[in-house]
Amino acid sequence: MLLKQEAENPQITYNSNKMNSIDALKELLYKIADDQLIIGHRNSEWTGLGPILEEDIAFSSMAQDKIGQSEHIYNLLHQLGEADADTVAFTRNSAQFHSSQFVELPIGDYSFSLIRHFLFDFAEYLRFESLKSSAYEPLAQVSKKFFGEIKYHTMHANTWVNQLGKGNEESHTKMQDSLNYAWNYALGMFEQGPAEDLLISENIFIGEKALQDVWLGTITPLLTQSNLTIPAQENWKPIFGGRFGKHSQHLQPLLEEMTEVYSIDPSADW
Amino acid sequence: MDNKSDQTVNSIDPRITRAKIHTGNTSDMEGLAHFQTYEVFHQNKRGAQHKHVGIVHAPNPDMALLYAKEQYARREVTANIWVVPSSCVSATEYADDDIFITAPEKLYRNPASYKVMDKINAFKARGGKPTDNV
Repeated sequence: MLLKQEAENPQITYNSNKMNSIDALKELLYKIADDQLIIGHRNSEWTGLGPILEEDIAFSSMAQDKIGQSEHIYNLLHQLGEADADTVAFTRNSAQFHSSQFVELPIGDYSFSLIRHFLFDFAEYLRFESLKSSAYEPLAQVSKKFFGEIKYHTMHANTWVNQLGKGNEESHTKMQDSLNYAWNYALGMFEQGPAEDLLISENIFIGEKALQDVWLGTITPLLTQSNLTIPAQENWKPIFGGRFGKHSQHLQPLLEEMTEVYSIDPSADW
Repeated sequence: MDNKSDQTVNSIDPRITRAKIHTGNTSDMEGLAHFQTYEVFHQNKRGAQHKHVGIVHAPNPDMALLYAKEQYARREVTANIWVVPSSCVSATEYADDDIFITAPEKLYRNPASYKVMDKINAFKARGGKPTDNV
């Protein structure tokens, strides 16, 4: 239903007065799953190109984890009446994606991919930690299931950020520059949903504002320990829009590449 | 061709083309000079022995643990992982492997060589009671 509605409109629009808690829940699930699918695809672009063999394997494996997690969330959406996971993942255009603009940015150099991995994965870790006690039981179950996987992702990210933040002048400068560039995009992850109050009042989700506060409280000391500095607060300008289908020029080419095989033969088994 | 070429690799894989990899010899092993190997030991459940499963290359123990998890615990049931710098391992010399040569002949040292199953089965058949003449 939602898909058809979206296909007729260039961007996702909501009438928050008319949204019920199921619509709000779907919006929450879409943004979680779309973020995971897009960053999973992006990070998989390092496969075969990673800095060393072991890191190549670890980073690719985590990218695969993300795509696997997104499939589980799409399956929850399917149970709520949305199309099946493959259809949802492979047949929408960029304006129908609820992912933040942060995850669609090109991989850049490894410092940017690591900083994004750090900022995104800690946000995801804390999101799932809160969702473990969600009143929507299927989501709580999935969150418990993937929590260990995401915990490893944060261990990996923090170890790298710490190594390079404290490494030498070159590594420190690259990491700090990437953090400065990534920051406002990262804040865009916490764009509020159209009917978040419903989810908060029904104890389904703590809300983006609360999540951002927990995230800041978690990553700030870790970045400080890595000799990295969060940009001054007066320069914070979150890059919003992704949750409502407004994306940069980078998402549509990613989707075309991701869906290349599916577009040739949707019934292909691979 | 020892010089870096200005040409970059053009692949049917768009990721490779985007990465702008030079076609010349760009291998740079200098950056790996501070890496070392770590021996990885894998435990499948608490209380079980850690078993040697292979090595990883890493600059320090923290990174070695991260890599050991993905290389050796990605598909296996795992309770715990150890990493030990390979430089900490002391080993016998293969030239001295004659010290082991007669071991296979000493089957009496191997518990599997003792034929006790008939006695155990007889014991069970008696309902776990000792023989009458004991």
